Amino acid sequence: MTTQGTTEGLTARSMVEHISAQGVTHMVTLPDSETNFMYDNMTESGMEVVPIAREGEAIAIAAGLWIANQKPAVMIQNSGLFESGDALRGLGIGIDLPLVMFIGYRGYTRHGDTPDSAAQFLEPFLHTWGTPYWIIETDAELDRIALAFKKAEETSKPVAVLIGAEYVSV
Amino acid sequence: MIEYQDVATAIQRERGEAVVVTAMTQSKFWKEASDRPELDIPTNNSMGKVSSIALGIALGAPDRKVIALDGDGSLIMNMGSLVTVGNKSPKNFVHVVYDNGVYAITGGQPIAGAGVINWPAIAMGSGYKAAYSFEDTEEMATEMPRIMAEDGPILIRIQVKPVITTNLGVIQTWESNAVMPRQMRSVKVELAKS
Ligand SMILES: Cc1ncc(C[n+]2csc(CCOP(=O)(O)OP(=O)(O)O)c2C)c(N)n1
Repeated sequence: MTTQGTTEGLTARSMVEHISAQGVTHMVTLPDSETNFMYDNMTESGMEVVPIAREGEAIAIAAGLWIANQKPAVMIQNSGLFESGDALRGLGIGIDLPLVMFIGYRGYTRHGDTPDSAAQFLEPFLHTWGTPYWIIETDAELDRIALAFKKAEETSKPVAVLIGAEYVSV
Repeated sequence: MIEYQDVATAIQRERGEAVVVTAMTQSKFWKEASDRPELDIPTNNSMGKVSSIALGIALGAPDRKVIALDGDGSLIMNMGSLVTVGNKSPKNFVHVVYDNGVYAITGGQPIAGAGVINWPAIAMGSGYKAAYSFEDTEEMATEMPRIMAEDGPILIRIQVKPVITTNLGVIQTWESNAVMPRQMRSVKVELAKS
């Protein structure tokens, strides 16, 4: 991911503050280089980080946490969301799970010419599954996180927040 | 080889207040044995995810024992979940693997690795605290009370006699597909009480 086209940056600390403000108890995630800063901030914020081996586990673990009356969220890359298709079907949409999924928008270019198929298929995929989403590229857009959580609760369905920028700092 | 009914009986005797999440053929036999249906979640509509759902419940309700009744075919589909469990190491997590060597529900085709997979070794190599293996009914029934009282995560591999579904698959209805979400909400309500 690149930050080209953005005037300000997206900081991991502000992002985690906005997620914490929603009362998230657990972040089920596959850590990668893009969410490295997030990882430290999440741990410090008191959220329990649940690292997974493969993204297909994420929605299933989140469903379990929800059954235990916790408030989980998921943070994975777009490539990992494709990996999670059957879980999104059966254990997200299929059980009416109110869940916010933070999705790293790998390959997002903002100008149309998109060599990375992980980016090409992300928005069409979400539309096909009827999963609403918001895109965040700068700190100024972080209030969209609250909108996503509201939508997930109102509809009792999974929704996505696409992270369309690299974090510029912690 | 051990019969499904005998496994269900031995676990039911020790389950107490445990939440029991089941996959595939186990769901049928567990339903017949369970005396706490409000704490049971059959997950046949989500192959491979029993271990992950049960892990989520175990992490979210650390004072409640959670028992996953997994299938060998299901677990090889989500093998990485063993590492995820081992990493978090929830004390309240019991993972039972029904080793029948086949995909019974789809007609009994052998699973990859049938007769080769060493479940206790894989569990221990993934960070489980203990792992056991049973091929004899008496031995399983005798050992189960002690094992179920141990701190987890533990894995119990049980060699079961395959019960092959002959009508190839489950007849799906709207009602049958509503069972898993309904049971999830039932357990959610039960856990909110404690
Ligand atoms: C993702 C996915 N792939 C394949 C299937 C088809 N399927 C349904 S049951 C089953 C076999 C499950 O095997 P196992 O967990 O060993 O349980 P058993 O049938 O032996 O009780 C398969 C392959 C499915 N439901 N979902």
